[in-house]
Amino acid sequence: MSDARTEVLSRVRAALGRPGSGTTPAGTVGAAPRDVVVPRGYRAAGEHAAGSPEVLEQLVDRLVDYRAHVQQVAETDLPAAVAGLVRELSAGRVAVVVPHGIDRGWLAGLGDEVEVREDSPGSPLPATELDTVDAVLTAARVACSETGTIVLDGEPDQGRRAISLVPDVHLCVVRADQVVQTVPEAVRLLAAHPGRPLTWVSGPSATSDIELDRVEGVHGPRTLHVLLVG
Amino acid sequence: MRIALAATCIADTMFPGAPRATVRLLERLGHEVVFPPGQACCGQMHVNTGYFAEAVPVVRNHVETFAPVADGEWDAVVIPSGSCTGSVRHQQAMVCRRAGLDGLAATAEAVAAKTYELSELLVDVLGVTDVGAWFPHRVTYHPTCHSLRMLRVGDRPLRLLRAVEDIDLVELPAAESCCGFGGTFALKNADTSAAMLADKTAHVRSTGAAVVTAGDMSCLMHIGGGLSRQRAGVGTLHLAEILASTREEPTALPATRADRTGVSR
Amino acid sequence: MSRTFLGLPRRLSRPDDDAPPAAAGAGEPPESPFGPVPHPQTPLRWGDAFPVAARQTLQNAQLRRNLGHATQVIRAKRAAVVGEVPDWEALRDAGSALKERVMAELPELLQQLEENVTARGGVVHWARDAAEANRIVTEIARAKGADEVVKVKSMATQEIGLNEHLAAEGIAAVETDLAELIVQLADDMPSHILVPAIHRNRTEIRDIFLARMGDAPPDLSDVPRELAMAARAHLRRKFLSAKVAVSGANFGVASTGTLAVVESEGNGRMCLTLPETLVTVMGIEKLVPDFEDLEVFLQLLPRSSTGERMNPYTSLWTGVTPGDGPSEFHLVLLDNGRTDVLADEVGRAALHCIRCSACLNVCPVYERVGGHAYGSVYPGPIGAILTPQLTASTGGVSGHDDVNAALPYASTLCGACYDVCPVKIDIPSILVDLRAREVDADRSRGGVDPWAAAMKAASWLMSDGGRFGRAGRAATLAHGLGGRDGVISAAPPPVSAWTRSRDLPAPPRQTFRQWWAKEHESPADAGGER
Repeated sequence: MSDARTEVLSRVRAALGRPGSGTTPAGTVGAAPRDVVVPRGYRAAGEHAAGSPEVLEQLVDRLVDYRAHVQQVAETDLPAAVAGLVRELSAGRVAVVVPHGIDRGWLAGLGDEVEVREDSPGSPLPATELDTVDAVLTAARVACSETGTIVLDGEPDQGRRAISLVPDVHLCVVRADQVVQTVPEAVRLLAAHPGRPLTWVSGPSATSDIELDRVEGVHGPRTLHVLLVG
Repeated sequence: MRIALAATCIADTMFPGAPRATVRLLERLGHEVVFPPGQACCGQMHVNTGYFAEAVPVVRNHVETFAPVADGEWDAVVIPSGSCTGSVRHQQAMVCRRAGLDGLAATAEAVAAKTYELSELLVDVLGVTDVGAWFPHRVTYHPTCHSLRMLRVGDRPLRLLRAVEDIDLVELPAAESCCGFGGTFALKNADTSAAMLADKTAHVRSTGAAVVTAGDMSCLMHIGGGLSRQRAGVGTLHLAEILASTREEPTALPATRADRTGVSR
Repeated sequence: MSRTFLGLPRRLSRPDDDAPPAAAGAGEPPESPFGPVPHPQTPLRWGDAFPVAARQTLQNAQLRRNLGHATQVIRAKRAAVVGEVPDWEALRDAGSALKERVMAELPELLQQLEENVTARGGVVHWARDAAEANRIVTEIARAKGADEVVKVKSMATQEIGLNEHLAAEGIAAVETDLAELIVQLADDMPSHILVPAIHRNRTEIRDIFLARMGDAPPDLSDVPRELAMAARAHLRRKFLSAKVAVSGANFGVASTGTLAVVESEGNGRMCLTLPETLVTVMGIEKLVPDFEDLEVFLQLLPRSSTGERMNPYTSLWTGVTPGDGPSEFHLVLLDNGRTDVLADEVGRAALHCIRCSACLNVCPVYERVGGHAYGSVYPGPIGAILTPQLTASTGGVSGHDDVNAALPYASTLCGACYDVCPVKIDIPSILVDLRAREVDADRSRGGVDPWAAAMKAASWLMSDGGRFGRAGRAATLAHGLGGRDGVISAAPPPVSAWTRSRDLPAPPRQTFRQWWAKEHESPADAGGER
């Protein structure tokens, strides 16, 4: 008997009626399919430009619909906004994990009671430790307003996938110019680096498994704060 | 227009009121109706049950009977049934091709191109929505699956019904849900079919309508069979029977089992 | 199959047997604590034929209420979010054509995917059937010394019975999707592609958790949020300690080797990110040609399945990323009957399915009978065309007594499934085609089948206007059968199947063509019924 790879590929060829391929397990040889042209009549982009007020308004609307928290802040107010959200986490000491490439200026407003732990692929924090921190702060690669989606691509300002997953609160900074309207715009941007590990986040974790009743907050972060800058 | 009528096998033998009303209605609108006597059935039952080989002679008979429409002898073929029209349009040529009968398939396509379900013929071909009908009763409309999703007749039947004088047209809850007929499905999966029918008849009864109407006698036979068994006192009429009704020649409310046996509604 | 404490056969997949056995006195009749549950021999063929299985499930009033409620909710959600997409039909056209292209170029695309996954540090395995796939996963888990693996909900691993196989090999597979967990804890089978526990309501789920989870809070209520929190607490420890994870994949991008998992709860991210070793089992049909093609499917899938604009989490990964996520990645490419499906010119479109389950949610048959009546992990309309074809080599399509051969008849052909399918699979036409294949197989087998005989007789009668007219005229003689009511309320088989719950009108006094002849034809040309 030939190896599995050879046999499966031979069956596929037989199913498609390619010559000299034997048969499928049921003993059939299929007919050759017709040539296909993929119609691309769908919208490649939305009617609003990236970062336009319409797009930002739509993103906020969608995120709120998913029970995410959104603040629109000016660049200069970002450190204070980050500090404010961190203060709300706990009355006492607070631990926040950040990826090693985070913009240090974003942390400038944090007080002494906040312990900032840095994570990097070179010196990763164990998952059990990530489970004990209060929050994670990351940047993002791109956001899509129609679907309320933020995409992280694992670059140094966003970090390893585990850090935005295990902590219970995710603070995510999105720049206005990173917000596009449609999914195709986001995908084409990400296609420049398809090999990066991507995490598409649309609100906090959720489930509809019980009577299709949506419940926000399961295994992933139960709280998502989005800081929309600019 | 010269319009050839395909009466459908089920209406010809079981529910002649529907094709009779179709004739009355079209003649009233000033058209000539022709009934080619060679017709029998479109082949839908055989095709849908998987008996393609047995469907071929039935399809051939239909196609050859109505082939003159392709040569212009008639202007159109009308069928007072969504599912039969759907079968003519979407199944007949496929069955012919599978049997290697490409010539017959081509003729089938030419006939299908000039074949219309009743509401399509009225609204799209004849350009009328107000056919001058009068029907002073409460009516609810069930959009049959094949009219709705195979032919996409949309709201054509409702536009025709809304234009009927003195009609009290009430919306049917969950109207677009199948009644559970499905041809031989009603026999092969009788329990599931009955469960679907129970929901449909409950929705029909909730409207308080005296009549449930549709564009397909087969679905109406199913819904009507359930209503009759329940002695619901709700009758069934084909869309054509309501549209044919006038003050001068009104269509009577169908007798129901409840009426006949004296059970109150 | 093993015997449980209640004497019932059950699946060998439950991870925790630390829940105390319910007190069952010896000699008492065995009884399942959570209602009747199916116990499959194989995940693609179990139980009675559809008409019989459906008759049983129809009697479960609780099931019908649960399903009726859930499907109505999801139908409304889907309709709302699909309605707001202006180019939905263009997306469906693109999705359909893309999948058709994938099938046409499958040999090349599979090899391209393999090349790219390998180049990025992944290991690609090929599995001809379920047994081979199960063996591959078991060997990987064993090589890692794992006696427990965490799992992301996956139809492919349901289809091959991976959990049962691993359990027999002494490895516990922990389902981490909430609905899969519910199903697993209850020793149940999934009844829906997307929401496997759709047949359970909140109270039943609370009872299952209390009896079987082991660490559920004793005062657990049936509020969905509390139930979800109990699952979170229960699984967190397992996520943090698991060495091996098993997943399926929604899409595999041939040109880059990228795989995608679309999910909601974050259990997928946990499994795909935290354990050192990840094994993904993927059907060979799950490919898309290029990364950009995801822009089509990531719009079609979430809106069709959960009725959301986008699902909470989608993970995409390409081989191994040093320092981020698993250090070892295995991809198992699964045939298990798919090439038999591919060989059918009409039926191959069933492989376009992206497992959204929209067709289940709109199906009037599924809504009444539930998923278990289909006797396969793929229920509903898509299951009715996929299951028989996947089991074609063992009689699924043409087997005279094969329960799967009854599935294509489990539909009224109402067309609701085709309308909502995001990749435009013409399910009604494929159902009809499968019926024809079964009939043709029966025909060549010979023997006497009452349906075949009736269809043959009807064909003769209905292929000639004269014959048909005479038959109709003869039937009018039975007009009197209707009695005072004008209806027939009882009849011999097979018509008795009709008259059990419906009346049948008696034939009219006069057929249409008799009336026509009288009204419209002069005596000279009244020859319609020669």
